[in-house]
Amino acid sequence: MTAVQPQTDLITLTIDGFEVTVPKGTLVIRAAEQLGIQIPRFCDHPLLSPVGACRQCLVDIEINGRAFPKPQASCTIPVENGMVVKTQLTSEVAHKAQEGVMEFLLVNHPLDCPVCDKGGECPLQNQAMTSGRGESRFEGKKRTFEKPINISSQVLLDRERCILCARCTRFSKEIAGDPFIDMGERGALQQVAIYEKDPFDSYFSGNTVQICPVGALTGSAYRFRSRPFDLVSTPSVCEHCASGCSLRTDVRRNKTLRRLAGNDPEVNEEWNCDKGRWAFQYTMVKDRIATPLIRENGVLREASWPEAIAVAANGLQGKKAGVLVGGRATVEDSYAYAKFARATLGTNDIDFRSRPHSDEERDFLAAHVVGSKVRYSDIDTADHVVLVGFEPEEESPIVFLRIRKQVRKRALSVTAISPWQTRGFKKLQAKYIGVAPGAEGNALAQLSLTNQSVIVVGERLCESAGGLSAVAELARKSGAKIAWVPRRAGERGALEAGAIGNLLPGGRPISDAAARVDVAAAWSIESDSIPTSAGSDSKAIFAAAARGEIKALVIGGVDPFDMHAPDFAGLESAFVLSLELRPSAITERADVVLPVAAVTEKSGSFMSWEGRTRSFEQAVPETPHQSDLYILSLIAEALGKPLGFSTVRGAAKEFGTLANWDGARASFTSHPVANAAQGVTLASWRQLLDNGSLQVNEPNLAGTARKAVARINAQLAAKLGVANGDLVTISTDHGALSLNVELSDLVDDVVWLPRNAVASQSLRMLGVLNGAQVNIRKGL
Amino acid sequence: MASAPKTFDENFLSRLDAIIARYPRSRSAIMPMLHLVQAREGYVTAEGIEVIAQKLDLTTAEVNAVASFYTQYRRTPAGEYHVGVCTNTLCAIMGGDAIFSGLKDHLGIENNERTADGKVSLEHIECNAACDYAPVVMVNWEFFDNQTVESAKTLVDDLRAGKKPAPTRGPNSVPTFKEASEVLAGFNDGRANEGIQAGDPTLLGLKIAKGERK
Amino acid sequence: MSKLTPVLSAHWDEPDSFTLAGYQRHGGYNAMKKALDMDADAVIALVKDSGLRGRGGAGFPTGNKWGFIPQGDNKDHYLVVNADESEPGTCKDTPLLMANPHVLVEGVIIASYAIRAKHAFIYIRGEVTHVTRRLLQAIEDAYKAGFLGKNILGKGFDLELTLHIGAGAYICGEETALLDSLEGFRGQPRLRPPFPAIAGLYARPTVVNNVESIASVPAIIEKGAEWFTSLGTEKSKGFTLYSLSGHVNNPGQFEAPLGITLRELLELSGGVRSGHRLKFWTPGGSSTPIFTDAHLDTPLDYESVSAAGSMLGTKALQIFDETTCVLRAVLRWTEFYKHESCGKCTPCREGTWWLVQILRDLENGKGTEADLAKLLDICDNLLGRSFCALGDGAASPIMSSIKYFRGEYIAHLTNGGCPFDPVAATLFASSKAGA
Repeated sequence: MTAVQPQTDLITLTIDGFEVTVPKGTLVIRAAEQLGIQIPRFCDHPLLSPVGACRQCLVDIEINGRAFPKPQASCTIPVENGMVVKTQLTSEVAHKAQEGVMEFLLVNHPLDCPVCDKGGECPLQNQAMTSGRGESRFEGKKRTFEKPINISSQVLLDRERCILCARCTRFSKEIAGDPFIDMGERGALQQVAIYEKDPFDSYFSGNTVQICPVGALTGSAYRFRSRPFDLVSTPSVCEHCASGCSLRTDVRRNKTLRRLAGNDPEVNEEWNCDKGRWAFQYTMVKDRIATPLIRENGVLREASWPEAIAVAANGLQGKKAGVLVGGRATVEDSYAYAKFARATLGTNDIDFRSRPHSDEERDFLAAHVVGSKVRYSDIDTADHVVLVGFEPEEESPIVFLRIRKQVRKRALSVTAISPWQTRGFKKLQAKYIGVAPGAEGNALAQLSLTNQSVIVVGERLCESAGGLSAVAELARKSGAKIAWVPRRAGERGALEAGAIGNLLPGGRPISDAAARVDVAAAWSIESDSIPTSAGSDSKAIFAAAARGEIKALVIGGVDPFDMHAPDFAGLESAFVLSLELRPSAITERADVVLPVAAVTEKSGSFMSWEGRTRSFEQAVPETPHQSDLYILSLIAEALGKPLGFSTVRGAAKEFGTLANWDGARASFTSHPVANAAQGVTLASWRQLLDNGSLQVNEPNLAGTARKAVARINAQLAAKLGVANGDLVTISTDHGALSLNVELSDLVDDVVWLPRNAVASQSLRMLGVLNGAQVNIRKGL
Repeated sequence: MASAPKTFDENFLSRLDAIIARYPRSRSAIMPMLHLVQAREGYVTAEGIEVIAQKLDLTTAEVNAVASFYTQYRRTPAGEYHVGVCTNTLCAIMGGDAIFSGLKDHLGIENNERTADGKVSLEHIECNAACDYAPVVMVNWEFFDNQTVESAKTLVDDLRAGKKPAPTRGPNSVPTFKEASEVLAGFNDGRANEGIQAGDPTLLGLKIAKGERK
Repeated sequence: MSKLTPVLSAHWDEPDSFTLAGYQRHGGYNAMKKALDMDADAVIALVKDSGLRGRGGAGFPTGNKWGFIPQGDNKDHYLVVNADESEPGTCKDTPLLMANPHVLVEGVIIASYAIRAKHAFIYIRGEVTHVTRRLLQAIEDAYKAGFLGKNILGKGFDLELTLHIGAGAYICGEETALLDSLEGFRGQPRLRPPFPAIAGLYARPTVVNNVESIASVPAIIEKGAEWFTSLGTEKSKGFTLYSLSGHVNNPGQFEAPLGITLRELLELSGGVRSGHRLKFWTPGGSSTPIFTDAHLDTPLDYESVSAAGSMLGTKALQIFDETTCVLRAVLRWTEFYKHESCGKCTPCREGTWWLVQILRDLENGKGTEADLAKLLDICDNLLGRSFCALGDGAASPIMSSIKYFRGEYIAHLTNGGCPFDPVAATLFASSKAGA
């Protein structure tokens, strides 16, 4: 929107007798698409570099009366003025050439369509029908391979079906930067290959399955499960992170069978990560909560909806309450929680941040994030991207791909401020500024940026006091844009919806009287019924409950172990209403548990890190489950303070009227950078594939998770007397965990641990955050 | 990434570095490095692929992709003397086919196999740019010109007996596979001055021009 | 006798012809000294004026190729010599380098100076150990003599020369596959454009020339363009190496002006194998459509061979007499192309796989005459449809052999197998006959 479109030269050419004008640099095959002329193709992919390998798209071309002596691959030839192209539709030579290539492609293809997953949606099958001879003249012996072979736990390769278009290998090398698959051998024996001992280790491997134009690459999870024509597809949005990927959810008889990357050029282009593609069994697990539960004599029992709603309303009635939203709610659900807290429960004690957080962060979000519209396209035009508190490949993979695209395309300069030079940073050719966790602010202060720069800030920078303040200051000095990237899909939407103690919907400061009047009017409540002071954050809400000051808690989708030092005392004493998918540490202690719909079972929207609304429809047609907002509306009704909506559409419509606030943003007071801890300090963040609750029941996916190891550098290893692979134990007053060491490029005296691996749940087991001092010793 | 390769000696590792230093970009070193692995191991071992991947900061899949493309890189140990019989059209017709089948019978091995004593491996090869010396047999890629079935059998017998015969055009005695691979890795073995400068067919036109031959 | 013009081969009969001393005894490296005193552009102009055309097969004018390199672009330039001599029948660069590696090194220095390259590479096939040794030694000696390295002859010109040794892949003779291979990738051809002159080795302006082309440069510098253009034909200037092999009494290398005929070469060398007659031959390696005795008087220059329906190629004259089964010859070549197909594009990869199977059946007498039509149609779908010329090379022997010897193909079918005795074609058979 803000980016100035570069002046583009236009080229006019003729294809099959029709004139078409396209930008300079357009390939003939795509110019033909503009006219609706489909030239058959396999290796061609608009997001991969042209290779001209399959030769299926041969056409006749002449330029200014001079004909090429032989047909040309239209996927590799850029248009020129005066070019005359004759495709298979008007050139007998092109037609025969294409038929010939198709016949060649089928020489060694097994033609096992009846048992192939791709059958019915196979470009080879389809184009063999449209562009091939009726029958093959090949009567000889086909080459055979052992089939299929696992190139990772989640991707299978059938080399007999492969037509060697090299889409998968080009994707892995060019897009993902993971060249763990490559061609092997040569000639007719050429084949896609991994090195025997090293599987296809990529967070993006599923894309190769999707772009494979035959059934050579298949996903373990979907293999032999369905035929494409039995699936009902629904455009969807990924719930796994804040990247905002467009997806397609394919359902058969109320069961989600697979998810594919959707095509959204502004966001995820045509890609997604393996978690987004292959983590969806969590909605179909056996322990899914099916009916409302109420606690009786200390035990949860099943209850009817009317009974449970009544008990819930009764438990909340007249009590000082706090609301914890979790980070995975849709915009509409978050908005319902935000309104429920204020209009029904009369409190500002609401927070979506069910993970480490700080007051500095809360103020930063209100002043610099809410309402902002930094886009993926700002990365495309940036002169410099700074990554701080953020490992994009692990924490927001599509942001990673977008930065990488620009690094490849125009050598975009990237700076990574981090205690560890990760594989992801290397793939971005980032300038690595190694800092101990907690000291990020000092490094930021040294940078010089411009108003074309983008500072990409990860959610966990809030764990380094003064870090976000340094970001704000750097942006102020330089005019650089701030892109705050939370990990969870619902956080940005929840922020905009006002599911935080200092903001009302639309980023209205709670302290601003005009803002309160605005919202009260929209909600048809008394303006003085909205408390004027900022509410408590998640940690303080738990603490207040433990002290008995808060007597009721409404908790949606929160894992207390995602926060540091969870305090369960409040859960024991207060009335707890839990809205959940599956049993959790909260439901174990809740008084009423209400089952809610998963994303595939409802419509709604997420807001990506960009602040872009990503709406989706219900993918599973029949479900017993209801959205959080519907359930909240029932309780509000029972409490005599109705929400005023009970549908997603109703909530969205009302939020729409409040979404934009043209008043002043909250102000931000800078926090100083904290002094570094002594001794060995902890660095820790989540890996993309880990012990996350939305990844249950996905053994194939889990098989490609990166190993949980403790990372230290050679300096610390020498101090400890440990070598690669040795066991070390990391401990605090809270607890201890033991992992094998992998020597890595870290700053001195820092140990890095995965935050949520089975064997390494740093918050739960050590109870400390980034930058905390820990003990480390050799052995158990 | 690659698992840790077995320990290679310092001399070997430093020669890998010397290969890298020949090129403006390190990846170019991959082919001579693979030759050097064969010079040490007799074929391309997994450890060899892994050490190259490590040295060049490539994935093992990328190194494997290159190693498996070129036919001189072997997946199984070569004999001390790797015998290649040209069976491309011209040599085949001039007797290469008969030589190859004669050697298979004589040695009791098939294409790409090695004798039990590890001395000789056999392969039918493509045109080796010596058509005016057809039929041609190569031993560790040294020329043994104008062969017959009988001369080729004698040749492999001599090789198995450790006689190190002299190539027709080459050094004074045939090197072992590993020694030859070292040359192919770009390390001069100092034997360039051995052997003749040219065989008779090479000189035929010159001699006719000079009137030394009709 | 006057028909032969030994220039490159003039001193190959001296036992130390491959040494620096041997080369310098006859004025070796004088051309380099002369060239380094010239303006670089004048060197390019001189080579252009000489009309020297690429000796690797395609015949592109060498000076023009050099002229395509953008000058003043502040980029590194590279010279890459294609010494990956692997085309069946081709055997000229290998003996040249064994007998006189220094002439190539000198040519490299002159060419690099002309195109302003500071690093040159010779890509030699990996299957010629002794030639590799001689090149390694020659390069070492040239460095020691101050002809390579920093500030050559004090003229301020720097040049590094690296010998890169291949590992068995015919396709690397294709210049872009060669560049990929030299960069450490699988040797598969690249898309063009960009052409190597703009984005070649490491995406920098690069000239790729054949050994014989570069080796011809010192003599041109020494003796001048006029001397060179006085030899050869109007469009095919100069002298070249013709390689005679197969069923001839005396195979070997013959340096002669372009335009000599096979009849003349056979007369000079002693003719077709005694007691036999010419059946078919290749003018320039296996990829060039075959000729028969009807082409004995076709001048062996770029234009005339082309006009007669083939290509001059590498001037590899493989001679086959009447004892040779043309189907067997063609099948073996087709097997070669199948073995050497890089696998990148469909027509070549799958087409050669298919063609071999059909030809094997025909050679064994299986099939019908309709299979010949099918064979030709498959060739038609392969020729000009593949990514690079390897596919064309695979189709050419089949198409040309059916054109001239259709009856012999059919004879295999009526005979229920090959009617030829393979023993009769061997060298041993002839030596017995001659004994």
